[in-house]
Amino acid sequence: MKNLLNPYLWIILLVVGGISVVPILTGDASMREDLFLILMLVVLASSVNIITGYTGYVSFGNIVFFGLGGYFAFYLMQNFETNFVLAALVGGVGASIVAVLIGIPVLRLRGAYFALATIGINEAMRTFVANFDPFGGSVGMFFNYSVYNAYGGAKNALWFAYDGIVVVALATIAASFLIKKSKFGLGLLAIREDQDAAKVLGIDPARAKVIAYTFSAFFPALAGALFFFKNGIIEPDVAFDLLRSIEALVMVMLGGYGTVVGPIVGATVYERITALLITAPSITVLGVSLGFSQLHLAIAGFLLLLIVLFVTAGFVGWLRQRFPRTRRYLE
Amino acid sequence: MSPRIPRSLWIAALLTLAVVILAACAPAAAPTSAPATAAPQPSTGPAPTTASTGGQTKNIIIGFTASQTGSNNVESGKQLQGLQLWLSDVTKAGGIKLKDGTVVMPSLKFYDDESKADRVQALYTQLINQDKVDFLISPYSSGLAKSAAIISEQYGKLMITTGAADDATMEQGFKNTYQLYTPASQYLSGAIDLLGKLSPSAKKIAIVYSKDAFSTTVAQFANTYATSHGYSVVVNEGYDPSTTDFSSFINKIAAASPDAIMGGGHFADGSTFAKQLFDKKIPAQMLVLLVAPPAPTFTQIGDGAQYVIGPSQWEPQVTYSADAAKAANLPWYGISVTDFTAEFKAKYNADPSYHAAGGYMAGLLLQKAIEDTNSIDPTAIKADLDKLDLLTFYGHIKFSTDAKTHGKQIGHEMVYMQWQKDASGNFVKQIVWPLTAKTADAQLRKLP
Amino acid sequence: MNLAVLVSSSIDGLMLGFIYGLAAMGLTLIFGVMRVINLAHGAVITLGMFALYLFSVQLGLNPYLALVLTLFLGLAFGVVMYFISVHRVINAPELTTLLATFSVDLIIVGVGTAIFTTSPFSVNVDLGTYGSGEITVLGTKIVAVLAAILITVALYYFLYRTRIGKSIRAVANNRSAAELMGINTTAMLALSFGLGTMLAMISGGLIATLFTFTILTGDDYQTKSFVIVVIGGLGNPTGALVGGILLGLLEGIATLFMQPSWVPVIEYVAFVLILLLRPNGLFGARA
Repeated sequence: MKNLLNPYLWIILLVVGGISVVPILTGDASMREDLFLILMLVVLASSVNIITGYTGYVSFGNIVFFGLGGYFAFYLMQNFETNFVLAALVGGVGASIVAVLIGIPVLRLRGAYFALATIGINEAMRTFVANFDPFGGSVGMFFNYSVYNAYGGAKNALWFAYDGIVVVALATIAASFLIKKSKFGLGLLAIREDQDAAKVLGIDPARAKVIAYTFSAFFPALAGALFFFKNGIIEPDVAFDLLRSIEALVMVMLGGYGTVVGPIVGATVYERITALLITAPSITVLGVSLGFSQLHLAIAGFLLLLIVLFVTAGFVGWLRQRFPRTRRYLE
Repeated sequence: MSPRIPRSLWIAALLTLAVVILAACAPAAAPTSAPATAAPQPSTGPAPTTASTGGQTKNIIIGFTASQTGSNNVESGKQLQGLQLWLSDVTKAGGIKLKDGTVVMPSLKFYDDESKADRVQALYTQLINQDKVDFLISPYSSGLAKSAAIISEQYGKLMITTGAADDATMEQGFKNTYQLYTPASQYLSGAIDLLGKLSPSAKKIAIVYSKDAFSTTVAQFANTYATSHGYSVVVNEGYDPSTTDFSSFINKIAAASPDAIMGGGHFADGSTFAKQLFDKKIPAQMLVLLVAPPAPTFTQIGDGAQYVIGPSQWEPQVTYSADAAKAANLPWYGISVTDFTAEFKAKYNADPSYHAAGGYMAGLLLQKAIEDTNSIDPTAIKADLDKLDLLTFYGHIKFSTDAKTHGKQIGHEMVYMQWQKDASGNFVKQIVWPLTAKTADAQLRKLP
Repeated sequence: MNLAVLVSSSIDGLMLGFIYGLAAMGLTLIFGVMRVINLAHGAVITLGMFALYLFSVQLGLNPYLALVLTLFLGLAFGVVMYFISVHRVINAPELTTLLATFSVDLIIVGVGTAIFTTSPFSVNVDLGTYGSGEITVLGTKIVAVLAAILITVALYYFLYRTRIGKSIRAVANNRSAAELMGINTTAMLALSFGLGTMLAMISGGLIATLFTFTILTGDDYQTKSFVIVVIGGLGNPTGALVGGILLGLLEGIATLFMQPSWVPVIEYVAFVLILLLRPNGLFGARA
């Protein structure tokens, strides 16, 4: 209970929540769109951080839960006109159940074997859904535009989706903080350092890992439900995009592996840099218009390489190492 | 540790609830903020009145996203080139001149969407709110166009879609979206008609397609069309879009001995498939593939390219002209086919593809509507587009005005090209269907 | 199902399998020696394709001579890549090396897209067709299969019969012990990374003589390579050839009995199951 009273939790939530509420107050749709993407990535990065950063299991294909949540919710919304909140929750619970079922056998694997297995699961799911006709197969599903009428039109629906992602992001951050501070979280860290020693300390690694994995599945599934609700169309390649999964890990690494604030910072910085490179005015060299956007993959790769090689602990981790005093505040 | 977990969960749940309550106030805030978000619209509203004061230059911005990276970058890039060619033509002509002497000067504003849905909605919102664009053009591909339409429709912004051929997207009751491409449902129907004309004895068709959204849609419609025209569809199967070797699949197709093989998907799989069919000496009389054949690089696969037919929205060989318009009792507008092809070649040193033609046409369509209405008022322009029925270098253009399918393209027709060899053995691209537009007779496929 | 079709598809699948096996060999070699999953593997395969394209189509060299050039280029590129992106983090947790190699992938694909766009390219090599009736085989495929066999044998010989090869295996078994025995482990690690990269580029070059490719094609081979190395046992280069052959056969035969689009579903499910039940590969020791 004392963790809930921890002021740093509330500082983080207030900062994130405070920024998130600005577009709602000002009605700035562009800012809403930018923040939607950032908050969605915060959810993805913070969630994968629970299984990867805290527990040390590199979940490469964690995006599978984003896709599953999206598909479950979309199916309900399209076929039964289920309210998007209920549909998202069902999607979240559904993906969590899948996570438990998958997690029990797969989390017995260690290191690279686990990472490869999660890639396999994501690819298996993607190719399966592309053949699964109730989910529209490779064509995917899309709303009749009138689905949004229940929410007062697409314009309001997009605001609702934004409210939703703000809630999900804050909940993810809170869960991420509370898990880390709890005895359960300490157990996860012990598993990360030495699973066999953790066992000796009376931790049940199998159970703890499955619970951590389930957390890292639940929130991305909610984010997926909201993203595709807003997008109006869902296709297998977009839902189960392995690249997005890897990017979430990049954000974790960028901000600081195993910290609460790290993935938030990492997701924000990564998204802003990408957006900046994409929207940067192109420069004309010898009559050929060369946008940064054409090279933004390469630039992102170069930056990532520098960080991985020289700032292994990520931005937040670096601060913690460089200024030991900040360790108290930067979780 | 076990008692602690439920507690944290409980706390998280409580917190969530608290935020839900907080957020519940947000929808209440949203409507009040709606006038603020709608502000850009009134700001473009008064624009025509200032424009009508006469003798001045009025700048308009056309916004869109292009796929400069990712899997759509070739097609989207060509589309962009076409649009940029239109812009330079208009600029050279000194802008679009209205009756009252006002000159409308268009400019383009675009961002990279990376061929991904992630940022499309954010970028279209930015185009509308920050960049204050006057008109929109869709991203390349139906999936991205649909995501963009959700934004453009809610702001009531006019959007021309090009590079998006999906039927279902245009059956959503959109009010401000206009489609330039012939819808996917008609991609292969002409090829089936051609088969009937060319080889009346042919009865068996194999439909094989890449399991992606577009190709699957086309294949589904083709299957229905073929069956309803008395053909038996002996193979109707999809393959994974990443397939690189078709050898085994081809054995399976060959075992069903189809008279014609139709389908395909994208560039790489389509050209490999055609080459392997040839290498394996499969004797089907007709081979029709999506997307790949119209590309000039298709003939890199050698003799396997011969006789391959491809549906196309437009080819440089099409015969649309002012005379043809007169004959069809339609008004003619804009650049001629030969001028467009020559200008494009001069500027980009390559033959224009249908993507490029679509890009040019998107600009030309706006230009036509602005000239017709002598304004840049979106409402007037929409009314004009609704009743538009004309022939251009790109072909016949007419939009559905039915409430359900509003904006769907109902005038434009596909053309079918075929790679044939001339007397000296060089590859020539010929239009073989529809008969009114043909540059050569279609040839049945023969093995050497 | 017609027997001739079955035979024909088995042959096609088998031949494809050799190419798959070769494509995966570099990935598993690198993993075996330094426990690094090279996420730039697909991008390196693509590099091989474009190297062959540039040498043979742009410079007009014989495609198979170009392949030899690609070999040396691959070795050099791999050694350079090792020192730039892997050496510093060789002892870091998996996530670090995964992301380090992934960043190289981003750079290669990013620069490649800017130069080549995502247009298709092909290198049209014609060595005729052999066989008759329903069973025909392409000359280029026969060459690719022979090359795959030759390279596997050479690799096996190198690793088991030469002094350097034995040193590499010693480093793979126990790096610190090898260091104590006076083996220059850094040189061995760099050399193995170079060899792995070389194998990937060669396979890319061979694939380019068979199929049309784009800058993104390597990704498909990378995911396939994951499946193959798991079937053959992670870290076992010759096992990769067997894994490749099994996968090729599976694809060839399964395609006849179901919609081809279902084949990858089976592949990935099998992949996960093998990881769970036989993590050392179908032929490795039991878990």
